[in-house]
Amino acid sequence: MRLKVNGEDRECKGKTALELLKELDIVPERVAVEVNLKVIKKTDFENYRLHDGDNVEIVYFVGGGNSYLS
Amino acid sequence: MEDKLIIKGIEFKSRLWIGTGKYKDFEETARVIEASGADVVTVAVRRVNITDRKSENLLDYIDPKKYKILPNTAGCYTVEDALRYSRLARESGVSDMIKLEVIGDEKTLFPDVIGLLKATEILAKEGFIVFPYTNDDPVMAKRLENAGAAAVMPLGAPIGSGLGIRNPYNIKIILEAAKVPIIVDAGVGTASDAAVAMELGCDAVLMNTAVAAAKDPIAMANAMKHAVIAGRLAYKAGRMPKRLYATASSPIEGML
Repeated sequence: MRLKVNGEDRECKGKTALELLKELDIVPERVAVEVNLKVIKKTDFENYRLHDGDNVEIVYFVGGGNSYLS
Repeated sequence: MEDKLIIKGIEFKSRLWIGTGKYKDFEETARVIEASGADVVTVAVRRVNITDRKSENLLDYIDPKKYKILPNTAGCYTVEDALRYSRLARESGVSDMIKLEVIGDEKTLFPDVIGLLKATEILAKEGFIVFPYTNDDPVMAKRLENAGAAAVMPLGAPIGSGLGIRNPYNIKIILEAAKVPIIVDAGVGTASDAAVAMELGCDAVLMNTAVAAAKDPIAMANAMKHAVIAGRLAYKAGRMPKRLYATASSPIEGML
């Protein structure tokens, strides 16, 4: 299935949000997932089915205080 | 009597809140936080690097059980983006708190207060504990309070500028009218700036660059910890009135 994950087009095997995270070697507890601009609840990761062309964003916390120019 | 900061039922152990950006590595970040005595640690929300999975996780170094994680919307320029980042942050599962930034200008990083007010209102209704980063404008501070902000975070000076509290009189006016805690966010450059904010009566101070960009960040974190405590104690003690002329503090009587 073709997905856009964090801005990159990828061929993915995972059929659910949880399977995708496992495929990408990401610990589900530490991240938040958005599919087509909709936030997916952690408890729904297992059952949330992905579809061809879905736009997936996987985020986590990084160091940062305030906005600053990069 | 104990002098504790409590916001929306959450008890805060320290009045120094600290940012986690611009450090050498996660280890230094952790040591700085430890030295600062802070229990609120603000973090940004960003994409996971999916191609390099070896990169470490900040939360491996900052235990969410030990510290209160305060996600922020740093880098957001629109209401939509700020809402999106806030909702993702909450779903990460560490906190309902959000340090809300809606930036209006790239050069000064001053907030877009119209967008900020809108986003504060929406997020407060969604049950977030909202800490909006705003100007040192007493009218806007009041508007944010009325929109449901849990505390208001006026800047002391532009983010990362280290210019200190540029308009203490505005901060004073904000404090006089406020019914929610006031936390200075941004602008502090050194320990005396933090003390000034606290002496004015602010409830806490949030900083990042002042510590991260110091020659010795860990030593500066320690200095900030003491400055915030000293400033708060001085505020509670009530300073003497300022006078233009000298007043002798030793008796004239008994002089030769």
